Amino acid sequence: MIGFLIRRILQGIIVILGVVVLVFTLSKLIPGGPARIALGPRASTPANIAHFNLVNGLDLPLWDQLWQYIHGLLVIWRPNLGYSYHYNEGVRSVIAQRLPRTLALVGTSTLVALIIAVPLGIFQVVRRNTISDYVMTGLSFVFYAIPSFLLGTLLILYFAVDLKWFPVSPPGGGGFFTIFTDPRAFLLPVVTLSAITIASFSRFMRSSMMDAMAEDYVRTAKAKGAGPQRVLFGHAMRNALIPIITLVGLSLPAIASGALVTETVFNYPGMGLMTVSAALSDDIPVVLGATLVITVATVIGSLLADILYAVADPRIRFGSA
Amino acid sequence: MSADLPSGGVPDPLDPMNRPLPLGLESISPADVVAPPEGGEARSTGSMLRQIGRVFIENKLAIVGVIIVIAFVLFCFVGPLLYHTNQTNAQEALLNSTENAPPGHGHPLGTDDYGYDMLGRLMFGGQASLIVGLASAAVATSFGVIYGALSGFFGSWIDALMMRIVDVFLSIPALFLLVALVSIFHASEPLIIVVIAAISWLVPARLIRGETLSLRVREYVQAVRIMGGSRTRIIGRHIVPNAIGTIVVFATFQVADSILLLAALGFIGLGIPLPGTDWGSMLSNGVNYAFNDYWWEIYPAGLCIILVVIAFNFIGDALRDSLEVRLQRR
Repeated sequence: MIGFLIRRILQGIIVILGVVVLVFTLSKLIPGGPARIALGPRASTPANIAHFNLVNGLDLPLWDQLWQYIHGLLVIWRPNLGYSYHYNEGVRSVIAQRLPRTLALVGTSTLVALIIAVPLGIFQVVRRNTISDYVMTGLSFVFYAIPSFLLGTLLILYFAVDLKWFPVSPPGGGGFFTIFTDPRAFLLPVVTLSAITIASFSRFMRSSMMDAMAEDYVRTAKAKGAGPQRVLFGHAMRNALIPIITLVGLSLPAIASGALVTETVFNYPGMGLMTVSAALSDDIPVVLGATLVITVATVIGSLLADILYAVADPRIRFGSA
Repeated sequence: MSADLPSGGVPDPLDPMNRPLPLGLESISPADVVAPPEGGEARSTGSMLRQIGRVFIENKLAIVGVIIVIAFVLFCFVGPLLYHTNQTNAQEALLNSTENAPPGHGHPLGTDDYGYDMLGRLMFGGQASLIVGLASAAVATSFGVIYGALSGFFGSWIDALMMRIVDVFLSIPALFLLVALVSIFHASEPLIIVVIAAISWLVPARLIRGETLSLRVREYVQAVRIMGGSRTRIIGRHIVPNAIGTIVVFATFQVADSILLLAALGFIGLGIPLPGTDWGSMLSNGVNYAFNDYWWEIYPAGLCIILVVIAFNFIGDALRDSLEVRLQRR
């Protein structure tokens, strides 16, 4: 167990290091280099660019620059993520204001999705190959195929434009707690993000449950006279739930991607909306910083899911994981 | 995409459950097995195509999927030949119509805020959506297959390194990476194909690596090796053809995913640049007028995205069902 945790944390660190190198590489691929973005029209003379590069250490060998970049990030409580010339502010403080809102959105949506998808998947297995199973499979197909931006748009059209129950977009500014003081603005994004997630979770739960129902231990339990309820909840469900923990860990990057779109649809002032508007205004340091931060967040999330997995299923042999 | 988890660990080749099942095993008649294949050389795919065809006829949803896809290909590529509209010159478009005109009067689906005819625009945007979807799925699958086959075949530290690279990419939320790539390399249509492929090759790479690990210890691969078959020959003529079922299933789902990714890019404003368009950009454009009740600028594009994505998912599911005989028999 301890060995598994250490190995898993090391793995996480290696992945994060890889992401850092990737983000650094991408920042070097900006056409014209960072000088063009920072200086704008003043980048026209080579002397200006050379001066900018000298001041910011961009004339050093790439290896030294990478080392400096990692060194800046290693100060974990105040990592140096670069400078946003658009906001005229450090990327770290731009992100720090918005990260909690995205974490709240992703966390709540994942929880809601789990609470709905697990019973739904079990229900489908109980009623497998009946009309209600087919209807739900069809519905999950539809929700799986509906892109989050379309679902969000439809929700806006219906609840905000037609019924006027909700504001179309939440208050743009304000601190983290405004989402709780005005939960209406939080509700539609959560509904959108969880609906998409429910579709994939319940499909997985259904097949995981089907797998469990075909296992030998279920047959044994039936043969020993356990009732259908006991077989379903006592034997099959407990085993079917374990892969779900892994699924949640693996789905976190996808849910974070969904958050990017959902935030854009609802004008929800989180990391996703910030990344999109930064991309549209050529503020590449913010885009790269956000990518790095959101990735670290999902890696930590998956790590927690794996720890939970180890706690939930002590049989798992961790030797080859 | 499939809901199956990519198995992170090394599959045990001795476990019979890890052996890929032949396509359409349950429907093989004695006539199909008259001449058992000698050795592992997979030359003819005719039989497999026939089996896929059989699965399709048995599966009604797959037929619906194929019909929808064919209908959309005709609509987007043949449609403009019959229904002439101007989709590239906004000034000219405005000469013949008004902005945001409701359906009717020579515009069956109305016009958008530039004055472009919406029905023609659906065809025009659909071309971009379908081309990008198919092309990026093809690029992503080919690259992923080669990468995964090499990684699984070489094994040891090369495999470990190549798979850690995949892990790094997989842990980055795909849309964030996509937005970063598009904002760095300002996107035109060919570039969007490459960029979408650049975030989509990871799953096939892992799948094929897993298959390769289980295939490379098979007797027939070892026989080829003993006979002095080169690595290229083993990978190209034995390993990849035996994993073709997995590859085809993945590619089908990937077309749907790529179309969705392009639509998402279009929606957030980073899609095919004007005067070109795609369904996602059209939808995003229409949403600006949500309060004006310009429904013809929102629903048709949204419906097109959903229909095409569902169609490719139906086809992919039918193909996967034919591979997963074990699940089907329950």
